[in-house]
Amino acid sequence: MTRNLAIVPAYNEAGAVGSTVAEILQHTDFDVLVVDDGSTDTTSELARRAGAVVVRHPFNLGIGGAVQSGYLYAYEHGYDVAVQVDGDGQHDPRHIRMLLEHLRTNPSLDLVTGSRFLVRDEEGYRSSMPRRAGIRFFAGVLSLVVRRPVTDPTSGFRMVGRRGIELFARDYPHDYPEVEAVLLLHFHKLRGEEIPVRMRARTTGVSSINASRSAYYMIKVLLAIFVGLLRARPSIEAGDRAAVTAEHSI
Amino acid sequence: MESRVQIVAILVTGGLFVLVFELVRRRRLMERYALLWLFAAATLLGLAVWRNLLETIASAVGIFYAPSALFVIAFGFVLIMLLHFSLVTSRLADQNKVLAQRLGLLQQRLDELEGRQAELEPLGELEHRMPSRSH
Repeated sequence: MTRNLAIVPAYNEAGAVGSTVAEILQHTDFDVLVVDDGSTDTTSELARRAGAVVVRHPFNLGIGGAVQSGYLYAYEHGYDVAVQVDGDGQHDPRHIRMLLEHLRTNPSLDLVTGSRFLVRDEEGYRSSMPRRAGIRFFAGVLSLVVRRPVTDPTSGFRMVGRRGIELFARDYPHDYPEVEAVLLLHFHKLRGEEIPVRMRARTTGVSSINASRSAYYMIKVLLAIFVGLLRARPSIEAGDRAAVTAEHSI
Repeated sequence: MESRVQIVAILVTGGLFVLVFELVRRRRLMERYALLWLFAAATLLGLAVWRNLLETIASAVGIFYAPSALFVIAFGFVLIMLLHFSLVTSRLADQNKVLAQRLGLLQQRLDELEGRQAELEPLGELEHRMPSRSH
């Protein structure tokens, strides 16, 4: 019997987190962990009432820090499979079973990502036009780098096995981590694949990426991709020192 | 070099050296961050006092007005220090993240253990153990 965990990062998602947790518990046999990233509303309480275990940060760390806390929890509690589900209701918990099935039937895989762009029809949520162009650009760059088709690099709907959990618990990118996490897996020689899922429009809250930040996002992620290519990866392996960068001064 | 400029330079760099030294002495500035400052202040002070050396350096790199060379060297130190502080900030931010995550995970574990303990112990026994204030 394998143990499965759903990681739900949430920051001021009181409007959606309760139903997200309830849906996951209803449709899957996954335990649910909500990482409350320093919310100022009742996110923690609602998540706990819906049946989730809650890890609460004392202040806001950003999505990367929140997700990594989830992987730390999964690692320390010996979970075999972990899936990330956004707390804003964009990801349909009924698709978790599809991801799990794909991971099970392909034992060589370490990562399965749900891609909204592999869905043939035009139904489902696909986000605005300029954002889609940006996503397609990154998809092209990433596909070249990791030498497998990546269509939805910004998708946070992803499932990893034990090796992925171990890696992400040690080392996880900071600011806008989805794209970089794909690279990180690649540099550690872990294999990933995408399967089509239909996403929904977020029910509440606003995206962390708005118009003025998207330019910063593009530049930052591009820099991360090229630095990642040049860096002697893997940077942190089991038995290494703590996952703190810039350990030495000049 | 004009002696007025030299006097001002000596006063400013000497003042900087004394200030940094005093901050370290009062433990307001940690030695590990003071080293770079002390080194910079000592170098600048040395160049301000020993003007032949400054003029040699200035003509070697093609600076006609020797006191400008002092500014260039001071600017170099400022750049190195800014980079140094960026490194320190990066490390602190990273350690800060690790601490916040650990705090959250420990808090969750503590809550769980306390919940389990409360289930195990009957309520009366728990109250009995608590120091009561009515005495």
